Amino acid sequence: MELLSGGEMIAKALEDEGVEYIFGYPGGAVLHIYDALFKTCKVPHVLVRHEQAATHAADGYARATGKPGVVLVTSGPGATNAITGIATAYMDSIPMVVLSGQVATHLIGEDAFQETDMVGISRPIVKHSFMVRHAEDIPATIKKAFHIATTGRPGPVVIDIPKDCTRPDAKFEYHYPDNVKLRSYAPAQRGHTGQIRKAAKLLLSAKRPVIYAGGGVILGESSELLTTLARKLNYPVTNTLMGLGAYPATDRQFLGMLGMHGFYEANMAMHHSDVILAVGARFDDRVTNTVSRFCPGAKIIHIDIDPTSISKTVAADIPIVGPVQSVLEDLLEIIGSLQEKDSQQPDTGALGRWWQQIEEWRAKHGLWTGRRYGESDRIMPQQVIESLYRVTGGDAYVTSDVGQHQMFAAQYYKFDKPRRWINSGGLGTMGFGLPAAMGVKLAFPDMDVACVTGEGSIQMNIQELSTCKQYSTPIKIINLRNNYLGMVKQWQDMQYEGRYAMSTYEDSLPDFVKLVESYGHVGIQVTRLDELDQRMEEAFAMKDRLVFLDIFIDPMEHVYPMHVAPNGAMKDMWLSKNERT
Amino acid sequence: MRRIISILLENEPGALSRVIGLFSQRGYNIETLNVAPTEDLTLSRLTLTTTGDDKTMEQITKQLNKLVDVVKLVDLSEGAHIERDLMLIKVRASGAMRDEIKRTTDIFRGQIVDVGPNTYTIQLTGTGEKLDSFVAAMAEADILEVVRSGVAGISRGEKVLRL
Repeated sequence: MELLSGGEMIAKALEDEGVEYIFGYPGGAVLHIYDALFKTCKVPHVLVRHEQAATHAADGYARATGKPGVVLVTSGPGATNAITGIATAYMDSIPMVVLSGQVATHLIGEDAFQETDMVGISRPIVKHSFMVRHAEDIPATIKKAFHIATTGRPGPVVIDIPKDCTRPDAKFEYHYPDNVKLRSYAPAQRGHTGQIRKAAKLLLSAKRPVIYAGGGVILGESSELLTTLARKLNYPVTNTLMGLGAYPATDRQFLGMLGMHGFYEANMAMHHSDVILAVGARFDDRVTNTVSRFCPGAKIIHIDIDPTSISKTVAADIPIVGPVQSVLEDLLEIIGSLQEKDSQQPDTGALGRWWQQIEEWRAKHGLWTGRRYGESDRIMPQQVIESLYRVTGGDAYVTSDVGQHQMFAAQYYKFDKPRRWINSGGLGTMGFGLPAAMGVKLAFPDMDVACVTGEGSIQMNIQELSTCKQYSTPIKIINLRNNYLGMVKQWQDMQYEGRYAMSTYEDSLPDFVKLVESYGHVGIQVTRLDELDQRMEEAFAMKDRLVFLDIFIDPMEHVYPMHVAPNGAMKDMWLSKNERT
Repeated sequence: MRRIISILLENEPGALSRVIGLFSQRGYNIETLNVAPTEDLTLSRLTLTTTGDDKTMEQITKQLNKLVDVVKLVDLSEGAHIERDLMLIKVRASGAMRDEIKRTTDIFRGQIVDVGPNTYTIQLTGTGEKLDSFVAAMAEADILEVVRSGVAGISRGEKVLRL
């Protein structure tokens, strides 16, 4: 058995865990670990420019690959800078392991230099956390952390490591465990068969069904099963913001995204449905609008790996706790046998009328069936996303920041595959897009990776342009520039009589073209609609360069549809500035 | 509605703070809290009382179960159970009140566990309600200090909370 120091055990354990990238930033408390990485570790390390970006890059990597992202930061400010990224991953259930340095054990509690209580600070935003007390516990702790981060409902796990536990002169026998057993942690492996049978019967008896699928379908690698189920039954499907790509967007049965900025036909179908099959979705307030007015005629079947997601906001009639994959497999099998043996079939007459109604909604206000945005001599933001979709053949990885551009990307880029749409849905973290795109590009260097952003969000982590240079991550940044914090401005237009309280930068924005050029990248300004496609093509033709497209859009455009609030139901939407349901 | 939740918790540093943090983070009440090691040194037994409607209670128990450090959990108030709270109460005991306090203590089957020239310290165990009644009965006296352990509870009969 090898004798290794604490620092070396960390390096070796990450190798043994099959980690592909470590995103991090060195500092005093982790210098022993960094020295061990430098001397022995085969896992490449990506030096970011701010620890928040390390967490977002690891997060983007995790969302695109399905594997856990790994972050290494120092104590104190290194740890606190990572917090926003950990919270982002937690809200969207992204597997991540964060190793944070800590001051030496004998200094803990003495307000030592760069000391902060990382386990305490991160407690509400982690799935679990560990504080290493003895160096010999390091391999087992790392194994447990990866196990917890990646199983059940995934999430971030923090391991706080005091500096003395990594010192090079104390060596221990190293053994990386093959598996781990925790007596108090056992996520459900299967759904309850009786419940699944009830769900199957209810589904087959539905007259106005909707399948409402969320990020859990993607996390649970169940897009194909979901598609099989939906096609078998010929039921309409809507995806949440986190679920986009879980069902192919270009499929006839897809109604688009639902919720606050969801499609008219998706929100209408939900409101008027009699049976909702919720799969890996959590009835978020951005989906339901007013809970007491949510889908009044619907019976709800709710499949989720996490029991706390069930009946948290909207009560489920048939709750099913289990992994989406195995539950959908069982559901398909039971539906199959009900159809064969008991010849229970969907009510094709009712279903035909339901589809007819949906097609009417779609024809009336569908975002993809006609031009649903205003005419302007300026470039409309929706046109930029449509251009991006055309130029990338609908096959790019698209990350986004948070705001209007995020909603336009979600609405107009038709994601046919899971894991292609990468955004901070739960926490809504501005500054997520650029570092996340770095993580994605490192995972898939041959794929097109676009970061759709705005000039507010991009400036929150713009320092990562330097990291992109160092590690050659030629992503394409699509900046929808309107000189406002667009979503804030939209709310100020709609609810504050157009008082733009601190939502404009006036003349203070940098010349983004010059800025990115100074980092060694390519910047292109686009101001006319007739040059949009050409510039987009030029950008994506430069395979080995990071290109920043600074696209001047109509600053007055709003995102529609938009739920009417407060006290609105799913069906209550603004469809344009002066038109509502 | 008042509930008594009893938890077997990993006896690990930070485990208690995760339970407490959950309550403050999600806006649940804790009325009493009692925690101590068990005969198995790797486990602590934690009993807490809280109030909430059925939906809130369902979320509280689910959220607690989701904590990796929570090994097992039971809502004692769902079945027959015994609950005990321990109170130590120090009162001014002089003049005519000295006898009166002694009598009231006897009625409640409390014990005077410390006697000073002008004070009594009384120990009383029972349900929270009984302790409340005793404090009320002491209204005439000059109460100097009250300390309560919080509710500890256990199911009646064969039902046990163990691994």
